[in-house]
Amino acid sequence: MKPILEIKHISKKFKIFHEQQPYLSLRDSIVGLFNNKKTREDFWALRDVTFDVFPGDTIGIIGKNGAGKSTLLKILSKITPPTSGKIIGRGRIASLLEVGTGFHSELSGRENIFMNGSILGMRRSEILKNFDAIVDFAGVEKFIDTPLKHYSSGMQLRLAFAVAAFLENEVLIIDEVLAVGDLEFQKKCLGKMEDVSKSGRTILFVSHNLSALKSLCSKGICLKDGKSSFIGNSTEAISYYLDSRKEHISIVKQFDSSYQKEDFSLHSIKICNSVSDNANIIVDNLPIEIKTNIEIHNQGNYHISYHIKNDLNELLFAFYNYNSGVTLKKGHNNLTCMVPSTFLQPGYYSLNLYIVKDAVYPIFIEEEIISFNIIEGQVVTGINASSLPGYIRPKFEWSN
Amino acid sequence: MEFEIKPKGKLSIGFKELWDYRELFYFFTWRDLKVKYKQTFLGVFWAILQPIILTTLFTLGFGDAISEKSNIKIPYPIFALSGFLLWSIFSSGLTNAGNSMVNNSNIIKKIYFPRLIIPISSILISVVDFSIAFIVFIPVLLYYDFWFNSLAPVYIILSVLLTTFATFGLGTFFAAISVKYRDFRYILPFLIQVLLFATPVIYPLKFSSNEILHYLFCLNPMNAPIELFRASIEKNNNIDIQSFILSTSVIILLFMLGIFYFRKTEHYFADLA
Repeated sequence: MKPILEIKHISKKFKIFHEQQPYLSLRDSIVGLFNNKKTREDFWALRDVTFDVFPGDTIGIIGKNGAGKSTLLKILSKITPPTSGKIIGRGRIASLLEVGTGFHSELSGRENIFMNGSILGMRRSEILKNFDAIVDFAGVEKFIDTPLKHYSSGMQLRLAFAVAAFLENEVLIIDEVLAVGDLEFQKKCLGKMEDVSKSGRTILFVSHNLSALKSLCSKGICLKDGKSSFIGNSTEAISYYLDSRKEHISIVKQFDSSYQKEDFSLHSIKICNSVSDNANIIVDNLPIEIKTNIEIHNQGNYHISYHIKNDLNELLFAFYNYNSGVTLKKGHNNLTCMVPSTFLQPGYYSLNLYIVKDAVYPIFIEEEIISFNIIEGQVVTGINASSLPGYIRPKFEWSN
Repeated sequence: MEFEIKPKGKLSIGFKELWDYRELFYFFTWRDLKVKYKQTFLGVFWAILQPIILTTLFTLGFGDAISEKSNIKIPYPIFALSGFLLWSIFSSGLTNAGNSMVNNSNIIKKIYFPRLIIPISSILISVVDFSIAFIVFIPVLLYYDFWFNSLAPVYIILSVLLTTFATFGLGTFFAAISVKYRDFRYILPFLIQVLLFATPVIYPLKFSSNEILHYLFCLNPMNAPIELFRASIEKNNNIDIQSFILSTSVIILLFMLGIFYFRKTEHYFADLA
């Protein structure tokens, strides 16, 4: 059997600009002719990626932010050309890098179905044939002739996905579509995708949702810094990815000068047990402290917020010092946040850091700024604590 | 169906691909027309109003003076309106096409289709507007007791085609270059304004006695279509062959330059937009 897609030695180079606006202007180009100061740097988003896709494959593409996943999908969808290498394709490709591409708020739902469908490459006859099914799937019968601007965002999303769900192309390329919408909608999307893959079509799928990838994909590709570091079946790829992430586990992180911004300088984040002899491990049966050493340069209303994710990259919850009575003052701050003992299950966690100004504007976001492992501090006799289900194990007050 | 994705594509117009995606022309034009006249009270009448108002203004302001100084064989309102009708294809087509890639950057970054569809359909909108506005031309002709000559359909269709080609050449060029240099978004309206006065829209080609100026006027791409359009009216069927050929050559040159530059740079639109 011939592969439906042959990806051969694909590389993609971007030029990144230092201290310059991303838009070129004529003046800058002319000035640049006389001024040979090097302000650009080459950045390889993809390097020598090679793999074959066979008809009926469902391939999950995994990797950290910036590993080159979206660039790979953009090259496969012909949106941007590779710098070198080539791809041979043998089938109609439809790419869904975004739901609702080409939607216009002034047009009615009906008109948008036709517009969006034709941009995605559907023939008018195909759209007509599936029109009732699309409207039904989206559940917008009553509003089909209302301008899109009067739709709720959930309805817009459902309509957009409904159009895409009826694409009949041999290869579907899907980028993080499931990151939007509520839980129910995500389930619906996943269900539809499972139907599609069962019908024998080929899917390439990027997602941070590892459990969805695991259930949906037969193969997995791990991208790391633009290179394909692992190709194999999806379960192996996911565990490879998780292992490679765990290399970065650190319970103290010092930040260099690139974390000195206009409003603040981030010095360090430290995670430790509050009373512990061994500073290198974190156990679950002692309170855990998250210490943030940050310097605020300007008088103002700042707070920090952490999002905590588990090893499947699922967001568990967020916590912050806003309205906690502890504020960030101008100058050095040593914030300590205490997580009660046995609150978190043993396992791997990572934190996203948000620094927020005036309660609403995030001025700094870094995903997975620090990762750590919590191990079981004590083998409990009788009930094995680690086998308790669920994400957290809070100790509640009981009374009788 | 086998295809290849390689670092650089071939330099051709890509007719086959455009044909495969022909329905998109219709949908883009249709979308922009719908959006253009949604929530407007007068709707498509706007397409008629603009040339009418301009013609009225110029007739009242300069009509007599220009007619006196030159040998226009048709009443000035017919003369000016015929100019403005075609000019509106050019000016609005060029404005829309020039901004079209930047305005549609969100689509360009997310999905592939032949990029030429975007500037072409934004010019098609102006052609649709023209055909609506053309309806008012007939009562104006009748009012002054004039009518078309027997070759009029050929002249009119050819003049619209020439206008479209001229608009297309410049439009694709500006569409492509303003993706990279946003400066051209500001240059464009200014250029169109200057060109209006360098085009025989409100005064005839032989208005100025300055030789050099005359030749510059002849090189104006909009010169040939407007002259051709006016030749469709009876008693007015004389075209200055020399100026027509010059102007048409400029149109062909602009057309090739536009398409060449667009096709050469389109691969990187998604990275820059």
